[in-house]
Amino acid sequence: MQITVTVNGAEHVREVEARLLLIHFLRDDLGLTGSHWGCDTSNCGACVVWLDETPVKSCTVLAAMADGHRVRTVEGLATNAASEEGSGEARGGGWGAGGGELDPVQQGFTECHGLQCGFCTPGMMMTARWLLDRNPDPSPEEIREALSGILCRCTGYENIVRSVLWASKHEAAGRASE
Amino acid sequence: MQVPAYVEYEKATSVEHALGLLAKFGPEARILAGGHSLIPMMKLRLVQPETLIDINGLSELSYVTVDNGRLRIGALTRHAQLLDAAAAGAHFAILHDAERVIADPVVRNWGTIGGSLCQADPSEDLSATFAALKATMIIRGPGGSRTVPAREFHTGAYQTVVAPGELLTEISIAIRPGGGSAYEKVGRRVGDWPVAAAAVAVWLDPETGGTITDAGLGLTAVGARSFAAAEAEDFLRGAAATEASYAEAGRIAAEHCNPASDQRGPAEYKRHLAGELTVRALRRAVRRARQQPGGEP
Repeated sequence: MQITVTVNGAEHVREVEARLLLIHFLRDDLGLTGSHWGCDTSNCGACVVWLDETPVKSCTVLAAMADGHRVRTVEGLATNAASEEGSGEARGGGWGAGGGELDPVQQGFTECHGLQCGFCTPGMMMTARWLLDRNPDPSPEEIREALSGILCRCTGYENIVRSVLWASKHEAAGRASE
Repeated sequence: MQVPAYVEYEKATSVEHALGLLAKFGPEARILAGGHSLIPMMKLRLVQPETLIDINGLSELSYVTVDNGRLRIGALTRHAQLLDAAAAGAHFAILHDAERVIADPVVRNWGTIGGSLCQADPSEDLSATFAALKATMIIRGPGGSRTVPAREFHTGAYQTVVAPGELLTEISIAIRPGGGSAYEKVGRRVGDWPVAAAAVAVWLDPETGGTITDAGLGLTAVGARSFAAAEAEDFLRGAAATEASYAEAGRIAAEHCNPASDQRGPAEYKRHLAGELTVRALRRAVRRARQQPGGEP
């Protein structure tokens, strides 16, 4: 069957089997290996991507379910320095594919050493971005609750929470100075 | 790598269209909603449907409303939506208690109420919740809609009364004043299936709040018939709302359930939990019923 999926702002039309999982469509068909394939059982969250505005576990979603919808992966977190209209805005909207300025969540993970092996990191960051969009000033408990579906074997979660707190404070400062 | 078997796929554009597709493709077709129960089973090849009928576009089945004295929940409502719905939590705090401990926030974004109920896992949290609330399920088929009480919805593990050509469309609960409800669950880790859980809804006498006038008790993952603890309910009706009554209700609930030993724990431990969690849920439900004379906080 043919599906049309807009991934990080770019439309892709592909022939797929109905049983193809979204994580494999993204990684194998589109070469977007930023999303990781972990437990395959919807537990670990390494595969989390956005389907429209909603983080989902892409190992448990069919690519067919994304037909006619938008998908955002970790490659689409950074704001695009060169948008489709040319060297355009570096902020606001636009799920550009790579390049440009790191999202504050990505900056936070850099500043606060929020990753070691990096395997859970795409899932952590996509979920953290969604959290901060809905709740710009979360408490550490709220961060832990929001990320409870993504498992990390390296960090013990402390620096992940610090990274998300960093991002929320950085964004608040950005809003205050606008 | 777990790969589902080859399957055909159809996208439904309306409830009528979905029913037509079910009729066309027969009993080997399966409704696909959030897929977070079905797709894992397909990956393990525990189920191998020939055709998937994707109903994720049926926004008319996604709602949480108060209507005519009933809380009405559309079957396609995502767990996250029910948790976010103020009306649901205001009338039945148990719904939010239960949703908070179902899976994790990301899975709750996509899994649906109807999907969880129709998968009918014996450890699924909402079955006991709706049993305690004595909810009503609405099932649509080619001949129209029929209603089924929550306690008659399940016929066994992974089995419900929804026939091959039918679609669960709504779960509704009668709203009555003077009630309180709660859900208590023990699980090994965040988002896990419960080792055991208890669902309680009580109504107290309006004058003193000292007597339980009606009670609904549900039990999860302990083999309770219809996910309910009917004998304990019978005891509670008319009983004083005191620790002694809770303890006795817990004892009766534990006695009449039928847990099995498995990787989540031995049967004796689950039986103990059935009793203890019933007591804790009763305490909390009664406290909530008393906090607001007309209902729950």
